[in-house]
Amino acid sequence: MDFTETLRIAVDSLLINRLRSALTTLGIIIGVGAVIGLVSLGRAVEDFIAREFESLGANVLEVRSARPSSPTRIRIQPLTTLEAAALAKPSIISAVRQVANSYSLFGQVAGGGERTSVQINGVSSNYALVRAWPVEKGDFISPEQEESAARVAVLGLDVVEALYADRRFDPIGQTIRINQRTFTVIGVMSQRGGTFISEDNVVLVPLKTAQTRLDNARTADGGYRVTTIYVEVSSEEAIQQATTDITAYLSEAHGIVFDGEQDFSVTSPSDILGIINQVSSVLTVFLVLIASISLLVGGIGIMNIMLVSVTERTREIGLRKALGAQARDILAQFLVESVMLSLLGGLLGIGVGWLAAQFGMLLVPDLTITLSLDAVILATTISTMVGVFFGYYPAQRAARLRPIEALRFE
Amino acid sequence: MFGRLQPPNGKKPSQSTEAAVIDIRNITKTYFMGEVTLQVLRGISLKIKRGEFVSIMGPSGSGKSTLMNILGALDQPTSGEYFLDGVDVSQMSESELARVRNRKIGFVFQNFNLLRRTEALRQVELPLIYAGVPNRAKRARAALEAVGLGQRLDHLPSELSGGQQQRVAIARALVTEPSVILADEPTGNLDSRSGTEVMQIFQRLNREKQITTVFVTHDPWIARHTNRVIMLRDGKVVADQRVKQPLIAGEAERPSEAEELQGIFEATYYGGKKEEYT
Ligand SMILES: Nc1ncnc2c1ncn2[C@@H]1O[C@H](COP(=O)(O)OP(=O)(O)OP(=O)(O)O)[C@@H](O)[C@H]1O
Ligand SMILES: [Mg+2]
Repeated sequence: MDFTETLRIAVDSLLINRLRSALTTLGIIIGVGAVIGLVSLGRAVEDFIAREFESLGANVLEVRSARPSSPTRIRIQPLTTLEAAALAKPSIISAVRQVANSYSLFGQVAGGGERTSVQINGVSSNYALVRAWPVEKGDFISPEQEESAARVAVLGLDVVEALYADRRFDPIGQTIRINQRTFTVIGVMSQRGGTFISEDNVVLVPLKTAQTRLDNARTADGGYRVTTIYVEVSSEEAIQQATTDITAYLSEAHGIVFDGEQDFSVTSPSDILGIINQVSSVLTVFLVLIASISLLVGGIGIMNIMLVSVTERTREIGLRKALGAQARDILAQFLVESVMLSLLGGLLGIGVGWLAAQFGMLLVPDLTITLSLDAVILATTISTMVGVFFGYYPAQRAARLRPIEALRFE
Repeated sequence: MFGRLQPPNGKKPSQSTEAAVIDIRNITKTYFMGEVTLQVLRGISLKIKRGEFVSIMGPSGSGKSTLMNILGALDQPTSGEYFLDGVDVSQMSESELARVRNRKIGFVFQNFNLLRRTEALRQVELPLIYAGVPNRAKRARAALEAVGLGQRLDHLPSELSGGQQQRVAIARALVTEPSVILADEPTGNLDSRSGTEVMQIFQRLNREKQITTVFVTHDPWIARHTNRVIMLRDGKVVADQRVKQPLIAGEAERPSEAEELQGIFEATYYGGKKEEYT
């Protein structure tokens, strides 16, 4: 007996009991739908976070002063512009592309009749570029303004709102006072980050302005203190090596002999991304496990219905055997029926999961939910296996029926 | 009617040299139900030759269906031998039996046993599907035409009369060109008109295509259409006789009940009007 006929017999039987077939697949639809929906959602969240970090500059390492982890050293030697300049040399970090610096302090900002207390960042002119953070209005700090320690400021959107009560206000040309000194607003930064990290409550001024006019940040080696050095490398793959290089160079510069005595930290956005992704994968796996339980319940539902079906169709089985069906023909027929049920449930479940994910996307517009191929393949495979596993016992019962007893069954 | 037949006089119906399609020897069937055993068939031997048209009669419980099921390879005898087309069937495995049922036997049931919500053509194709032979639709159509249902190929059982349903079942039994068609009370669920229709088909298939046919009936009138009548009682053959002049289905008018009882009454309390019972 050829397989197309087996398929046809199974399809015919399923169509004869349309409603029952539909209800039976429901369990699998829900199970697979939940798995697909949750996996897609989990992926979307991971993607979203990844994109968020990507926008922060994925190839950028941040070097900051930090308390040594070992108690054998207490003194923290500040990072300086000279060290930053050294880190920009390819002879020290082979994959380096450019280095941006920032020097942070807190300050009182007054303007538009309001005053607010915010973080003031003195930044180098390539800061916007390295941090992939463009201005929205006006201009960013130019190299000349940095060189001449000009009294110009670029405002974060939160500061615009705090001073002028409206984020859409155009403050370019306005005069503000930072720690009693007069500055001219030359630009407004675009909104930075979103849900997780916001950097909009900041005023950016030229690095030298912050180091010399707002503070006295001179150091013993003739440079100036910096708070953060942003080291941009050529690719994400180069981050590992660059981290080693930076650590080696600064350890020597700070006279550090033992590991753990480092008074600085080198972090990359991907480090944090990795941690977040790990948490999110664990969460996804956990949710999928829960969803799998509904798949199990769906499978048991199929087994139940197939058992009922075998009992109900005992006479049909008897007839088929009387007409010459072999036990394996009957086994195949019922097995194909249950696999079809669960596979159909699986395919519909993929659709339902996708719809649920689309709905999730409506609720959280930041997420882009895609149906990943591996989830589809997994769902199809699993639902087929559910069909075989839970359909085998009923099918075998059908195949083993003795024709004469089956025909006489009432 | 059968009461007037003579018991077997020891002389068997003329044996031809032709090989028997069905040859059973000393078949017994015993049902074991816990403590109780029930011997339903107590040693039955029969030979049925190619082209014979045989009816099996006997009171209810005499073992007719049990015998038919064994002949149909649906059941195995407790003891005895069964040669179908010269091949010993009584020792076969379940898988071999399925093959025998598929290729050598066409079974027709009292209750038709059609698949519900399945078109006539598909019903008839079923044995061919299990046989795995090609040209199924063509052969099924030919079988349906042979039973006069060439116009009803796509009808569902629910769209057919009882007689038509049984004819679909006959087409299904005959489509594989089996060695023998076995029918257990094929007219039992039919009114007399449909019964006659079905008999006509059996008779024609037997006449024109020499299809060996064995069937069980309770109805002496139906039995009179066959060539040979085997009587069972308590699991034994009590008579096995050749019919002198078989009736042709549809030609002879079945006698009314009143006619059948003609001449047995000695007094009449109310005779009714003549046209009411004739
Ligand atoms: N599976 C079974 N288990 C036990 N006893 C059985 C079984 N099948 C049949 N019998 C018994 O065997 C006897 C013969 O049954 P069978 O069906 O062969 O009779 P029959 O001649 O066909 O009767 P009817 O004319 O009513 O159809 C009956 O007494 C019946 O109860
Ligand atoms: Mg019977």
